Amino acid sequence: MASWGEAKDSRLIGKRVSRLSGTDKVTGKAKYTFDINRPGMLYGYILRSPVAHATITGIDLSEAEALPGVKAAIPLIEPGKRVRFEGQEIAAVAAITPDIAEDAVRLIQFDYDELDYVVDVESAKEEGAPQIRDDWKSNQSEPRVDERGDIEAGFAEAAVEVEATYHAPVQTHVCLETHGHVAEWDQDNLTVWASTQAVFGTRQNLARHFELPENQVRVITEHMGGGFGSKFGPGVEGVTAAKLARKAGAPVKLMLTRKDEHLVAGNRPSMTQQVRAGATQDGRFIAYDMSGYGTGGIGSGAGFTGPYVYHVPNHRTKKSAVAINAGSARAMRAPGHPQGAFAMDSLMDELAERLNLDPLEFRRLNSDSDARRNRIRQAEYTLGAQEIGWHRRNRVPGSGTGVKKRGIGMGCGLWGGGGGAGTQARVTIHASGAVEAVTGTQDIGTGIRTVIAMIVAEELGLRPQDITVKIGDTEPGLASRGSGGSQTIGSVAPVIKTAAMAAKRKLFGHIAPLVEADPGDLRAAGDKIYAQSDLRLSIPWKEATGYLGMETISEGGEWDENLRIGDVAGVQFAEVEIDTETGLVQVIKIVAVQDCGLVVNRLTTESQINGAVVMGLGYALLEERIMDDQTGKMINPNLEDYKVPGTMEIPEIVSIAYDTDRKITGIGEPPTIPTAGAIANAVYNAIGVRIRELPITPDKILNALG
Amino acid sequence: MENFAYINAANVEQVPSLMSDDWSETKMIAGGTDLLGELKEYIETPKKVINLKSIPGLDEIKADASGLTIGALVTLADIAAHPTIQRHYTVLAEAAASVASPQIRNVGTLGGNLCQRPRCWYYRHPDIICLKKGGDTCYAVEGLNKYHAIFGGGPVYIVHPSDTAPALIALGATVKIVGPNGDRTMLLEDFFILPDVNPQRENVLEPNEVVTEVHLPQPKAHTKSTYVKVRERGSFDFALVSVAAAFEMNGGTCHKANVVLGGVAPIPWRSKEAEAALNGKGITAAVAKQAGEAAVANAEPMTDNGYKVPLTRNIINRAAMTLVH
Repeated sequence: MASWGEAKDSRLIGKRVSRLSGTDKVTGKAKYTFDINRPGMLYGYILRSPVAHATITGIDLSEAEALPGVKAAIPLIEPGKRVRFEGQEIAAVAAITPDIAEDAVRLIQFDYDELDYVVDVESAKEEGAPQIRDDWKSNQSEPRVDERGDIEAGFAEAAVEVEATYHAPVQTHVCLETHGHVAEWDQDNLTVWASTQAVFGTRQNLARHFELPENQVRVITEHMGGGFGSKFGPGVEGVTAAKLARKAGAPVKLMLTRKDEHLVAGNRPSMTQQVRAGATQDGRFIAYDMSGYGTGGIGSGAGFTGPYVYHVPNHRTKKSAVAINAGSARAMRAPGHPQGAFAMDSLMDELAERLNLDPLEFRRLNSDSDARRNRIRQAEYTLGAQEIGWHRRNRVPGSGTGVKKRGIGMGCGLWGGGGGAGTQARVTIHASGAVEAVTGTQDIGTGIRTVIAMIVAEELGLRPQDITVKIGDTEPGLASRGSGGSQTIGSVAPVIKTAAMAAKRKLFGHIAPLVEADPGDLRAAGDKIYAQSDLRLSIPWKEATGYLGMETISEGGEWDENLRIGDVAGVQFAEVEIDTETGLVQVIKIVAVQDCGLVVNRLTTESQINGAVVMGLGYALLEERIMDDQTGKMINPNLEDYKVPGTMEIPEIVSIAYDTDRKITGIGEPPTIPTAGAIANAVYNAIGVRIRELPITPDKILNALG
Repeated sequence: MENFAYINAANVEQVPSLMSDDWSETKMIAGGTDLLGELKEYIETPKKVINLKSIPGLDEIKADASGLTIGALVTLADIAAHPTIQRHYTVLAEAAASVASPQIRNVGTLGGNLCQRPRCWYYRHPDIICLKKGGDTCYAVEGLNKYHAIFGGGPVYIVHPSDTAPALIALGATVKIVGPNGDRTMLLEDFFILPDVNPQRENVLEPNEVVTEVHLPQPKAHTKSTYVKVRERGSFDFALVSVAAAFEMNGGTCHKANVVLGGVAPIPWRSKEAEAALNGKGITAAVAKQAGEAAVANAEPMTDNGYKVPLTRNIINRAAMTLVH
């Protein structure tokens, strides 16, 4: 059975290795989809609906087509159909420059009958609101009710109760590289450079759309500037790029604008929940009754977690989605979790206070019902509390003196992330000594390219930079899953590991007679192959591979579930300082203790945690899609009024990888879950007034302080 | 953006003749950090853009017995880093340093900072024709007005976005304007106009007039000044509220206080009430607090911007206490 071995035997696994593509990225040599330029390439641009709800009555492309430099124009909606949100696609053009394409789009004549719209969630729920989805009876989906235990008996046993309403806004992904593609046809063969989290998923989607066999579609993603769950298929824009390219008979690049990104490229749904919860005098969380909803725009998925992390025997939840005239939600970094965690961890603090209990102690008493997670979580509580200095928090919230008040809070999260079968990979050893690892995954910025090289290099006794990693391309035909759900490493690493083991075994079999050793006695380390029982029997790597002559060793791998693990627990602590005169919240420090399974690359693991915390901080303090009732438009579709954290907002982040397991897991998502709850609780601890609505902006603080 | 002709101005005198007397026909560009956004969003679609950066001599800071003259093309970064300004006109150096990001301060000019258009999200939206753009509704009135005016609003409720303008007004600056009939000089305070005078403009400029320089008088002895700006995002943001305070001190007594607010009104808002509460007083904690309270006594908050009232009050108090400690 394959295993990752002991930590003491690892030369590379668990160490800090700089990204193999790091130099290319900082020097600009790395080519993202945005950087791909093909001979004769055209630029695509999409005409989008300026209104939130309308029936399209006519589209006239003739003026656009007549503009010199325009090579193709296509409608993207049929007359008679409805557009249901600002930004929905109406038509598209391809032209020889981006400017001409944009000018051409403005020449497209389109007529529409405007319909009543609704962009406010509360209004959308009202009777008589404009109906948004044909497949729903109203704008609110049928609630999903879940009941465990005996909720009434639970409340009867409760000594204290909390009733509260929590709200989190719609957050957009804000990928640094916007969604986009370069599409190129050669007869009936389509090649697409895509900014995607799933080259194979995108291939399949395009193949189906254009009714082509899969092997006539190639998708390439060499480098990728962030997806966070919003880039799993070609989307309307990818299909449009390919359609324009076919019509124009030339490659087409079509990248979304920053505004498009906010309007149409996905978002994290909002959350509004009313909760009543009870606990017993001895600190048992006993009853939880929650009713909530969120909006995924015209999309249906607006779920969130709750109850979450903590064990409560009696609970009843009622959750639904509310449709509004806004762009559809898409998966976003731990879908459903950050919003649920923010509400749950706020609630836990509120209950603890009613019980006059230390919030950490209350959590310890009611922690995770999963035994492994609970064991880890209890250890994480201790580590994190020590690092933040939990004893320094205000025993009486808001009791600090002075204009600037500090507070400490905490939050929790859990995630799956174990990966699964479905990845094919090959590790090839050439006679020259060169080693290639090939698989159909993609590096969406998480560092999987470097991790693959580390695993192969560890196995073959080489250095990571000795391994050529070929990923982000469907052409070799080695499929892998989309990079989502923090599943990439758990899906890919076991296959790479077993492929490298198989290739090594084969090489050892080849070499053993030549060095007069038993193949089972051979080891690879330090650029050499040697016999463990007799260190004099040693040959350099290249000499050994030289014996392959005209042969090449090329081995596949198997996914082995014993090499990975899922269901991770995470705990975060936040210290904040609030200027009570200005309402500004400065996060001083975040301690993130994250169950990481086996850490492969400690450097990129910490980068993942840092990035996740920063994203969680933006969710807590700054980010919000703001819809305007009067116009049906998103009023902040930019990065001026949709505020993401900048350098001044980013605190000291202490990442503690809780890595007691020797099995791999993904941690792209879990460390973004607890941050907002931890910050919200720290804010309360600082000022003694609870803000139950994200983002916690100065206006809310000042209004709360009165 | 729409195509336009790009014309390099050779000298200041030439500018009025290059400019149309119709606002929509021509625009001036210096750093371009404001205009480019307007062009890209089709807020403005001029036929000609007149480049001012080609004019020699407007990017200098000159000191003489009368004070300091700052050319309209001096960058915000240069103002923030200028030793004399840092020392004698502190509020201006601090204000310039607080604008946007380093990249923008490196190209953004003083003239542009004074003449920039509002940041109101209705105004900046390409598909919304609001009152400021010639429509008939100020959407902030019934809509989302978190960032809008608590003083001087109506019929539009934008806030003036400049950081340097409150600072310069607090220092008694004058501004020189060149137009088709020669030049004129006025107090910067009189340069800005309220929307009830003209809802579509923020200052007295005619379409063919250009700001060429700002003059700061010699600071009175014992003048101390500071700029306090509160923004949601520390690294790059416009002010929620800011205060430029310049006090002429006489021992422990404030002989004359200049208090000018940013982010609260369609123009840089001189708070005569705060000044009256400070003039002739020893600046104690109680007096500073009183000044803040006096400043907001007549505030007219909208639905979402009530927080600006305590915020304004508190930072006036803070600025005053900073200057005496």
